[in-house]
Amino acid sequence: MANGQLNSGNPRVDIEYRRKKNAEEMKHQVITFALMIFLTLIAFVAVAYEGFTGWFIVPFILLLAVVQVIFQLFYFMHMSHDGHEAPKLFMYTGVLIAFVTILCYTTIIWW
Amino acid sequence: MSTNAQKRGFGATIWDYLTTVDHKKIAHLYLIAGGLFFLIGGLEALFIRIQLLKPNNDFVSAGLFNELLTMHGTTMIFLAAMPLVFAFMNAVMPLQIGARDVAFPFLNSLGFWLFLFGGLFLNLSWFLDAAPNAGWTSYASLSIAQTGHGIDFYALGLQIAGLGTLIGGINFLVTIINMRAPGMTYMRMPMFTWTTFVVSALILFAFPPLTVGLFLMTFDRMFGANFFDAAMGGNTIIWEHFFWIFGHPEVYILILPAFGIFSEIFAIFSRKRLFGYSSMVFATVLIGFLGFMVWAHHMFTTGLGPIANSIFAVATMAIAVPTGIKIFNWLFTMWGGSIRFTTPMLWAVAFIPSFLMGGVTGVMLGSAAQDYQYHDTYFVVAHFHYVIVGGVVFALFAGAHLYWPKMFGTMLNEVLGKITFVLFFVGFHMTFFIQHFLGLWGMPRRVFTYLPGQGFETSNVVSSIGAFLMAAGVIVLLINVVITSVKNEKVGNDPWGDGRTLEWALSSPPPYYNFKQLPLVRGLDAYWIEKMEGKKGMTPAEPLGDIHMPNNSFIPFLISLGLFIAAFGAMYHGDEGNTWGIPVLIFGLLFTLGSMFVRSIKDDHGYHIPKEELIDDNDKGVKA
Ligand code: HEM
Ligand SMILES: [Cu+2]
Repeated sequence: MANGQLNSGNPRVDIEYRRKKNAEEMKHQVITFALMIFLTLIAFVAVAYEGFTGWFIVPFILLLAVVQVIFQLFYFMHMSHDGHEAPKLFMYTGVLIAFVTILCYTTIIWW
Repeated sequence: MSTNAQKRGFGATIWDYLTTVDHKKIAHLYLIAGGLFFLIGGLEALFIRIQLLKPNNDFVSAGLFNELLTMHGTTMIFLAAMPLVFAFMNAVMPLQIGARDVAFPFLNSLGFWLFLFGGLFLNLSWFLDAAPNAGWTSYASLSIAQTGHGIDFYALGLQIAGLGTLIGGINFLVTIINMRAPGMTYMRMPMFTWTTFVVSALILFAFPPLTVGLFLMTFDRMFGANFFDAAMGGNTIIWEHFFWIFGHPEVYILILPAFGIFSEIFAIFSRKRLFGYSSMVFATVLIGFLGFMVWAHHMFTTGLGPIANSIFAVATMAIAVPTGIKIFNWLFTMWGGSIRFTTPMLWAVAFIPSFLMGGVTGVMLGSAAQDYQYHDTYFVVAHFHYVIVGGVVFALFAGAHLYWPKMFGTMLNEVLGKITFVLFFVGFHMTFFIQHFLGLWGMPRRVFTYLPGQGFETSNVVSSIGAFLMAAGVIVLLINVVITSVKNEKVGNDPWGDGRTLEWALSSPPPYYNFKQLPLVRGLDAYWIEKMEGKKGMTPAEPLGDIHMPNNSFIPFLISLGLFIAAFGAMYHGDEGNTWGIPVLIFGLLFTLGSMFVRSIKDDHGYHIPKEELIDDNDKGVKA
């Protein structure tokens, strides 16, 4: 109850404003969608191109993947809107814990 | 009493519980199932103590001893302590935040049935084959080498039960984030709700490593993989890491709700606001966070090297700081309060020194160099029983007495309650205090017998006698429960007289919709504030209106049943000449997926309790 009704279809909200907001959002989504396809293409090219070694390709693809996840979260799953503080908090905590864990694994198991 | 709670036939009641999505009834289910597993685990403990009563005893064989030991630990942690904690969370947390139910009632029920079928599967190992026998930690180099199906029961059973716990944890998180009553800000939440919140976050992050570990174990043992087999290029240490990344947060998953229950008790029976509420919240969150940074203290002797050991030793000792904050806050809550020594308060007061001793031995174990002496001796056994029994189990007993009226509408007998306390308290210290010394004298843990003339005899006798005293205490509690239920004397909203939080503003047990009108929360200890201003109940935050309720459903049971069936297929398919394993595995999984599919396509919008019916209730003098 504490923060319900945030982005629901409340009819009293100004229609004009919402239409503009939606159009803008749509534009962002189309742009990011195009960018994501582009990034995917780059990833394929990086693997197909003969001149790169695995030491370049793997980190590079991982980097592209991280960028894509961020696009996905912020532009398609509305993480940039208000009312997502709790999910954000939990995701950052999860990332932090996963990072520390992997750091430990790489330093003390497979040193 | 609402129209829904009329007397019903036995069959109808059973069906009601099989399909219920009401958090209060699911709490009953968790309490009963967890209680049963607690008795089974206790019985196994008694057998262990009988075997160790005298040197060279042959009450059980070495093999059976390993099974008893493993099942005792596994049952107590996963099938008794966890669900009992969940019972109180389910019963109390939604009431404390002023909600009508949890966020996902269907998932709540699914979580319970997954846990129950997982636990059932694990315990069927006694009858179908051999029980798991590689310890509750089931270290891979040992467990991969075991013949028979014991370890398979462990891996599959815990997988199913763990899934249920994970679902339950997520559900509580969403509930606390989204369903708080108007005015219930985060910093007005009762301490038990706060600990539930942090614990659910710990579950969210700690159970996936266990899931992964168990999957790898399942594939190693049943499907020919070699993750842990060093001879095939695997790494047996990975299991230990996975297990303890889960395992250390798990011990905090158990102890934090205990802290929550005791925080409520200290405030209620000292008739004072909890001292240092915000520092309590801070300490809880900090403990939860640090809990993820210390797992390797269980692996000091594995050979991680001095640098890793030192880092984890320092991190481990850091946890003692927020824990210390809490202890002082409880003491200051009692300081100057008008204390009533009811049964819950007795447990709470006894908890402080008992748990403190466990914390002190914990810090001793946490310094890596010392741990080389203590590791795998009875000293460790003494440590974790002091924290788990002296902390968690004390809290479960205290909580049972405190919340019994809220859950069942009757008061447990105080005299019998105090007898339980005395028997259990004395038995507990007898059993485990001496084990510190047994450990220091060199008695290894998990060994089925010892030789005469090593100076272990007397201490082991003392320890075993203590175990029987604890059993006696539990039996008195059972008698108490029976007497109370037979007498069936109903009590009012606030039977302890000094309830502070929202749950005590409701009738005991609360109506199935909890709050007729959502309450307006004006501060910490919301109900106490209203009482101090001379009001009888909470000020409503909304006009009386229709209440939307979820429908009961049998599907959670079916989803869990499918996994239960699949587990048998997975386990037996590798046997010589087995033909039915794979089909059963596939059938079970399809059964589960099919049930989920039905749930997804069938629209179930629940029902409404019309306003008129709620007004009717009011006339009969029942308040919400
Ligand atoms: C001040 C806080 C604590 C510290 C510093 C601490 C430290 C330790 C250490 C270093 C060990 C490993 C000992 C060894 O195997 O050689 C250990 C074992 C254990 N601790 Fe704690 N502990 C603390 C609190 C707790 C709490 C609150 C619980 C549970 C509620 C707990 C449950 C356990 C269990 C179950 C084990 C044994 C696991 C096993 O090997 O089977 N501890 N503790
Ligand atoms: Cu630990």
